[in-house]
Amino acid sequence: MASRFLLRRLLLILPTLFGVSIIVFVLLRVVPGDPIAMMIPPGASQADIDNLRQLYGLDKSILDQYLIWCSAVMGGDFGISISLRQDVVHLILSRLPATLELALSAMALAVVLGIALAIVGTYWQNRWPEAVVDGISGFNQAIPDFLWGLIFILVLGVLWPILPISGRIDPRTGIEFTTQFYLVESILRGEFAILIDLVRHMLLPMVALALPLTAVITRTLKASLFETMTQDYILLSEIKGFSRWRILIVEALRNALIPTVALSGVQFNFLLGGTVLIERIFSYPGIGNMAIGAVIDRDLPLIQGLIITFAIIFIFTNLLIDLSYRLLNPRVANE
Amino acid sequence: MRLKSLIVMFALCFATVAHVQADDDTLTIAYNVNLPSWDPTVGLSAVNPTIQSIYKSVFDQYVDQNPDLSFKPGLLTGWGWNEDRTKIWLEVRDDAYWHDGSKVTPQDVVWSLERAGHPDTGNPIMFVWSKVANFSIDGNRITGDVVSFEPTLFKWMAFLTAYVLPQNYYEEVGAEGFEAAPVGSGPYMVDQFERNSFVRLKRFDRYWGPQPEFETVIFKFVTDASSRVAEIESGSSDITIEIPYEEYDRLRAKEGLVGRSTPVSDIGMIFINDIEVMEDANVRKALAHAIDKNAIVEHLLRGYGVPIDTLQAPQYSAFDSSISVAHDPEKAKMLLGESGYSIDNPVRFKIQTTRGFKPKDYEMIQAIVGMWRKVGAEAEIEVYEIAKHFELRALDTLAPAAFYNWGNAIGDPSTSTGFAMFGPSPHSTWDTDDLDAMIGPLWGEPDEAKRIAGYQAVDRYIAENAYVIPLLQFVQPIVHRDGIEVTPHVANFVLPQSVTKTN
Repeated sequence: MASRFLLRRLLLILPTLFGVSIIVFVLLRVVPGDPIAMMIPPGASQADIDNLRQLYGLDKSILDQYLIWCSAVMGGDFGISISLRQDVVHLILSRLPATLELALSAMALAVVLGIALAIVGTYWQNRWPEAVVDGISGFNQAIPDFLWGLIFILVLGVLWPILPISGRIDPRTGIEFTTQFYLVESILRGEFAILIDLVRHMLLPMVALALPLTAVITRTLKASLFETMTQDYILLSEIKGFSRWRILIVEALRNALIPTVALSGVQFNFLLGGTVLIERIFSYPGIGNMAIGAVIDRDLPLIQGLIITFAIIFIFTNLLIDLSYRLLNPRVANE
Repeated sequence: MRLKSLIVMFALCFATVAHVQADDDTLTIAYNVNLPSWDPTVGLSAVNPTIQSIYKSVFDQYVDQNPDLSFKPGLLTGWGWNEDRTKIWLEVRDDAYWHDGSKVTPQDVVWSLERAGHPDTGNPIMFVWSKVANFSIDGNRITGDVVSFEPTLFKWMAFLTAYVLPQNYYEEVGAEGFEAAPVGSGPYMVDQFERNSFVRLKRFDRYWGPQPEFETVIFKFVTDASSRVAEIESGSSDITIEIPYEEYDRLRAKEGLVGRSTPVSDIGMIFINDIEVMEDANVRKALAHAIDKNAIVEHLLRGYGVPIDTLQAPQYSAFDSSISVAHDPEKAKMLLGESGYSIDNPVRFKIQTTRGFKPKDYEMIQAIVGMWRKVGAEAEIEVYEIAKHFELRALDTLAPAAFYNWGNAIGDPSTSTGFAMFGPSPHSTWDTDDLDAMIGPLWGEPDEAKRIAGYQAVDRYIAENAYVIPLLQFVQPIVHRDGIEVTPHVANFVLPQSVTKTN
C-alpha cells in the first residue's frame, strides 16, 4: 500500500514540474524587462542587438525557446546565466547548501521551540505560564521574518554588537571547504572554531526565520494538545495515576503532533520563501539572495533554474510530510 | 561536569564580541553590489560601473585615471597617434608583473586588445576595440593600424572593459579556470572569493605602482542599504558607500566615523521623447524652466547634489558653465500660454521613473510634477523597474518624459551627450535630424579642441530647445571609520589602494 502511494506520488512529480516550467517560462517572457535591452553597449547597432538576441536564443518564438530549453533541461543543462556567465546548475548547486543549512536549522529551531512552548502552555493551562506562551506566540506571529531580521541587526548587531550581521563565515577565515555544506563539513572535520563562527553568522537569520514559524507551531500544537487532553484514553491514564507530565508527553503528544506535522511542512515552504528576503538582509550567500540578483538582471536562465529548484524542494517537502503523516497516523496509512 | 564545562566554553565563544576589530593591516569594505564575474572584459558585468572598483584593485588598465578624472599611465607609459592618425603607438611599462610572478609583456597587451576587438569574445565595447588592428611589437613599443578613427580611443583605454589580461595564463586555464583563479597585475591579488558573500584580496608585493598600505582587503557584498549602515555602525566594516543621505548625516555625526561626500560622474536627467506634446517646443522649454533644481538639491537631497543644465558635469571635458536654463516659472507659464495651455487647461502627458533605483528618484519626480502643475502642466507618474526602462528605451517607446541617471566615468562628451542624444544610438530618446546633423560629424572629428567645442555647441543647442532636461550631478556618500583616509574618486570608485592610515 505504502509503495503504491509512493510510486503514485513520484509519478506526479514530472507533470507537476512540467506545469511549473510552462508557467514560469511563459510568465518570464511576458512580464516587462528585456534582458537584451540591459546588455546593449553604447555604440551598438541594430545588427549587434539582433546578434545578442540570437546568441541567447531570444530571437525565436516562445514555443521554440521553450522546446529548446526543455530538451536541454532533460539532459541536465539549464543553460548559462546571462549575468554571471556560468552554468546555471553549477551556480545553484554551489549556493543551495547554504540555503538548505539555514532553512533546516531554522526549521529545527522552530520545531523545538514551538513544541516546548506548546507543552508549557498546555501543562500550565489557565495559569500565568499559558498567558506568557500566548503572548510570545502572538508577538512572534505578528512580526514578519524580515522585520525580525532588521530588529536583530539593530539590537544585536549595532546597539549591542555580539553577533555578526552579514555573510556566512568570517572573511578572514582562511579555510577551504570541500563541499558547500559548511556546517556539516566543519562538524565532520572537527573544526569546532569554524563551526562556532558559522553558527554565530547563522544565528540571527536563523532565529529571524524561525520565530514566526515557532508561533504557528506553538498555537497549532497547543490547540491540538488541549483537544487530545479531553480524550477518554487520557482520562484513563489520569485514573491510572500517571503524572501530568507523562500523560502530556508520552500519551498525548504523538496524537497531537499529527496536524502540526502537516502544517509545519507547509510552513517550511513559506520559510524557504522567506530566505529570499532574509538572505538579502543578512548578505547570506544562498539561492534566495541569488534569486533577487537574477530578477533584477532579468537573468532568465538563472530565474528558471531557481524556480524549478524551489519547485523540486516544495514537491519533496510535501512528499515527506505525507509520508510522515502516514507514519504518525496509521489510519491514514490503512485507507 | 564535562557537559557543564562544554556549555560554559560554548557560551564564552558566543559572548566574544562579534565584530572583532579588523587588525591594522586589514581593510573591510561593505560594498553595495555583488561581483558577478572575474573577467572584466566580457559580458554584462564588464560594463557595470559599480563593480569597477574591485576590477581596478586586481587588474591594470591600459591607461589609468586620477581621482579628478584626468588620465595617467597605467600599464601603458605612453600612447598616441601618428601624424595622419592612421596608426597608434603604445609604450608598455617594463616593470609590471602578473600575480603568478611572470612578466607583463607587450604581447599580453596586444592579445588583450585583439581579444577585445574580436566579435566572438563577447566584449560589449567591441565597437571601439575593433577600430585598431594589425599590431606589431618592437621592444616595449606597440604599433597598430587605425581601421576606423575613434577620437576617444585612448580615453576608452581607461574605461569599461579596458583591462589587460595575461595571455599565457588565460590560454592555459581557459575561461572557467580564470573565473576560478583570476590573475591580474594590479595592486591586489585574489586570495579567496565567496560568491555573493565576499572577496578577500592580498597585497601584491611586486606591483609596479605605490604599495598599498593595507595588506589584506575584504570586499563584503552587502546589497541592502540598511545592512551596510549597520556594518559601518557596528564596526564590522571600515568603509561603506551608497547609503541614504539621511543615514549619511546621522553616521558622520557619530564619534569614530567620518563622512566624505563627492560629486561623481553620475547625473540625473529627464529624457524627452519626440512624441505627442513634446513635439511642441514651447511645452518642452516651459517644463525645463519650471523646475527649481536648487530647491530639489537643497530640500530633497539635503544638499547632496549639484544642479546642472547640460549633460556635462563640471569635471567633464566639455563642461561649459555659460550654458544655463533658468528657473523661471513665469516664463514657463508664458510659453505654455503661447501653445494654448494654462493652469486651468494644463498640457497632459506621462512621465516614467524608477523608485529607489537612485537616491530620491521617485520623490524628485513627484516634486517636479508639483512644480509643473503650478505652471500649467499635468504629468501622470508611472513607476517602472529599471529593466523596463532599458527595454522601452531600446525600442524607443519611452513615455514623453522619463527619468534616468547617466554615468560617464571618462567625462568625454561623446559618452554622455553623444550616446544619449544621437538618434541612431540605441540609448537615445530624442531622434531628430537637426541634432543628428550636429552630432554626427563629431564622432570622427580628429581635432580635439574642435570636437569639444562642437559638443559644447550641441549642448547649448539642446538646452535652448529643451531636447532633454538635465537635473543634477549625484553625490556619493562615503562613511569610514576614524584612523583611515579615503580618497574620493569622481568616477565613483572606492579603491583600497588609495586608502591610507592616519594613525
